[in-house]
This record gives sequence, C-alpha cells and structure tokens, in this order.
Amino acid sequence: MITTDLSMALPEIFLACSATVLLMYGAYAGNKTAGFVSALSVAVIAVAFGLIFFGGQKQGVAFGGLFVVDAYANYMKLVALTASGFGILMTQRFVEREGMARFEIPVLMVLATLGMMMMISSNDLMSLYVGLELQSLALYVIAAIRRENLRSSEAGLKYFVLGALSSGMLLYGCSMVYGFTGTTDFDTLGTVISGLAAGNESPQVGLVVGLVFVCAAIAFKISAVPFHMWTPDVYEGAPTPVTAFFASAPKVAAIALFARLLSDPFGSLVAEWQQIIVFVALASMILGSLAAIKQTNIKRLMAYSSIGNIGYALVGLAAGTQAGVEGLVIYMTIYIFMNMGTFACILSMRQKGNMVEGIDDLKGLSKTSPAMALALTIFMFSMAGIPPLAGFFAKYVVFAAAVDAGLTTLAVIGILTSVIGAFYYLRIIKVMYFDEPSGSFDKPIGAEMTLVLTVTTAFIVFFILFSSPIMDGAAVAASSLFAG
Amino acid sequence: MLEIGLAHYLVVAAVLFTLGIFGIFLNRKNVIVIMMSIELMLLAVNINFVAFSTHMGDLVGQVFAVFILTVAAAEAAIGLAILVIYFRNRGSIAVEDINMMKG
Repeated sequence: MITTDLSMALPEIFLACSATVLLMYGAYAGNKTAGFVSALSVAVIAVAFGLIFFGGQKQGVAFGGLFVVDAYANYMKLVALTASGFGILMTQRFVEREGMARFEIPVLMVLATLGMMMMISSNDLMSLYVGLELQSLALYVIAAIRRENLRSSEAGLKYFVLGALSSGMLLYGCSMVYGFTGTTDFDTLGTVISGLAAGNESPQVGLVVGLVFVCAAIAFKISAVPFHMWTPDVYEGAPTPVTAFFASAPKVAAIALFARLLSDPFGSLVAEWQQIIVFVALASMILGSLAAIKQTNIKRLMAYSSIGNIGYALVGLAAGTQAGVEGLVIYMTIYIFMNMGTFACILSMRQKGNMVEGIDDLKGLSKTSPAMALALTIFMFSMAGIPPLAGFFAKYVVFAAAVDAGLTTLAVIGILTSVIGAFYYLRIIKVMYFDEPSGSFDKPIGAEMTLVLTVTTAFIVFFILFSSPIMDGAAVAASSLFAG
Repeated sequence: MLEIGLAHYLVVAAVLFTLGIFGIFLNRKNVIVIMMSIELMLLAVNINFVAFSTHMGDLVGQVFAVFILTVAAAEAAIGLAILVIYFRNRGSIAVEDINMMKG
C-alpha cells in the first residue's frame, strides 16, 4: 500500500519538503534571513528526530524493497540527526562573524542529512547509490562554500575529485554484484549468497571483486586508511564548522551503511570481507595515531584523530558478530559527542577576532579561560580513552567484541595505538595547562556554543551513570540487524 | 564469424574503467581531464550494467543505468562549478598547482 510506504518514510519526506521550502524562502527573502533559515533548519532536524523517536512507525520494507525501517535504521538515524543538529547550530554564529553567512549552508546541510537517512535506510544497491550521492553532492558544495577563499575551494575540488572516484568504484562494484547474483535487492542478495554458502560453493570471483570494490568505496567515504588521503586537506581547507559536520554525521551514515551491507546481504561472505576490514581497521588505527603526532594545525590533528577513531569503530565491525555491531553503534554514538564537543571548543576560541587553528595558540588557555580548558581537557581525556569518561566505554565495547570473536591480536594492537594516540591528546592538555599564555582569548562565545558544549560535556562525563538508554538502544538495533 | 558475447562487453567496460582511474592518477596537466576521466568511469559502469541486464533479461540493470546517467549529470555540474570558483581564486587549473595544503 502506498500510504503505508509513505508513512514509513515520513521523516525523510518531511526533511525533503522542508529543505525545498527553506530553499525557496531563502531564495526569495535573500541572504539577510540566513540566521532565520538556519534556526528553522535546526527546528526541522529536531522535528525529524521527534518523528523517529516518538513516531513508532511500522517496521519492515517499503517501496518494493528499496527502503527499510528497522530498529537499527531508527537508532542510527537518531545519531546522525543529533550530529547534524549540532553541526547546523554551531555553523550560524561562525559564518556571521566571518562575513560569509549564506542561507544555502543550513539548507545544504539538511539535504545532506536527508541523503544520510536514505543511506541508513537503503535496502537496495540503487537506493544506496542515490542516497550516497545526495549526501556527497551536498557535501562537495559545503566544502567549497567559501567562494572567495582559495583553501576552501581547493578543499572542495579535492573532495569532489576523490569523492567522484569513490562513487565510480562503488558503482563498478555494484555492477559486478548485480551481474553475478542477478539482483540489487539486499534481501534477495542475502538469499542468493547464503544459498552459495549452504551449497558449499565458493562465491564466484566476480562477486568477490564486486564486494571488494564496494568496500573500497565506502572506506573512502569513512576516510579509512588506505583511502584517507583527502581527509586532512579537506578538513583543513573547509570552514571549521563544516569540518565539524564532516567529521561526524556523514561518518555515522556511511559506517551504518557499511555495517548493514556487510552483516545483512554479505553476511555469509564473512570469510572474504573480514580480512579486508581487519586490515583497514589496523592501518587506520596505526596511521591515525602516528601521523597525528607531528601535526601543528588543530584541524589536521582532528582529521587524523577521526581516521584513528574510524579504525577503532571498524574493530567492532571486523568481529562480524552481533556484539561487534553493537559495539560499533555505541562507539559512533559516543564519537559524535566527543567530536562535536571538541569542535565547539575550537570554534569558540578566538584571539583578536581571528580563528585559532595552531596548537601553539592554545598556550595557557587554563589561565585565560579555565572553563573552556576544562571542557577541552575532558574531551581529550575521553578521546584518549581514560575512564570513567565515555570514550573509555566506547573503546571497551569494541575491543571486548573483537576479543570474543577471536581477534585478540587486533584488539591488542588497537590498545597499543590508543596509548600512542594518548600522547598527542595529552600534549594538548599540557600546552593548555603548563605553558605560558601567548595572548588572551575573546570572551563571548555565543549561546549556541555554550549549549553544545554543555550538552556534550555532560554526556561525556555522566555517560557512566546514564548509559543504559544508549546501551539498550544499541543492543536492540544490533539484534534487529541480525534478526533476518 | 565472431560472436560478440557478454565477456566482450565486460572487457571493454573494464578497460574503460581502468583508463578512467589511470586518467585521474597519472594525469599531471589539467583538472578538466580528471572530470573527463570520471565521466569515462561512470559510462564504463553503465556498459557493464546494460550488458548484464540484456544478458540476464532483467530490467533492473537498465533502470540503474538511467539513475547513474542522471546523477552523473548533477555531479558534473557541481564539479565544473567548483572548478570555476577554484580557477577564479588560483588563476590556473593545472594539477600541479593544487598544492595549497600538503597531503
């Protein structure tokens, strides 16, 4: 029934209509209303969040098998929407100060969010591709949104070229999978592939080639090593709030898609993909921790930190079990809060009206603005995985799942790299607390930043006390992915 | 008389796809050539889809190919727009000049 289908996709349809309306409004009312459009965009994201959280939609597949709603999709959509909401909230004040306020920015972010929700809910290679492209095309434009700035346009160009390359690889993989199984639907794919496994037939080479291409393309999107080379440049060149957005919401969506793809249709090919994921996770963790050490720019440092964090999240996926996916889901939830909090700190720190980007500029932050230094310290400790902060539990769940699945070596190397990673996180704390101030920071940081900082800090600190909704939600989500 | 079968189409598509990838990585001159290589990759994929589709007598592959054509057009439009603003800032579209940020 078409009405059932439409009601299942209600949050997405709502986002699509709202984005169109906001775009029209902005186009007619002009750039003066950018602040209003931005506030409305946050409201739209909040309503979509509410529709999923309180909606109690019917679960199952819709639109002839193209679209799926299950507990996993709902949970990951809530995480992605939270990240997008924070992202839009932090952008407006920044772009106004920098004199680059444009109503297109929040609208593009809403459209990218819509793409992410389509990716998370996709149940067919076709809807996967269209969702991914909707997200990517919006992100290319946001990366280059600072038109008069060379760095921003270079970041956009690099992101576009490598993103288009990865789309090409994804499509080539999809065509091979389609050719060797005769279907693009995830459920039918799962049946065909598990039929091969049940009949003790080894999968055709073409199918495995397709799987490898698809994995490589998604590794591009989540910036996992060896497909990470665009990340530091794009993160450095893009405007800072855009970088904060890039480092959180699209990662959640792409990794959610990755987990669905590998555990649902390709679940019986676990022997083929497990070694790829183990390699990618190892390489990301090692490069993320080593390459970050010599960085002097905070945004580049955060780029390598996000590469490392994706490596840890992939450890959960590499386990190939329900507990592994549960760990991955919890990891990504905590990661977006740590990431958004850190970027809120970076965005709030300004000296004489200029953005702070160098790590050396943080000298003596504890004396000039102690509250900010304390918040950043909490996020750095959490990223380094020090208990009782949330980051510790994130790492704990993925490593425990990996050990249970017999990947002890991977878990041990993961713990070693997180110790190396602790070096550069602790260096930031050292610079803030033990170096002499190099200059004072501008005081007013804006109500939105205060809100984001308060919420994220509270989440990270009190996660240990109030973790059960997240843990339970993640358990239900992971079990729905493995149910059928 | 040589019968043109599925394998021939797949080989042509694979060759074109590889040319596209090499065009992106080995090209040292011009970003426009990179855009052309991207299009070449997407069209190679389309050959693959249509060949599989007719071989299996299943229409899904051709529907997918139409989606790819549409999205590729949007992608090319955005890519060229970004290239134009890049050219305005840098005054050049040589690949060697895209080096403001090392990486």
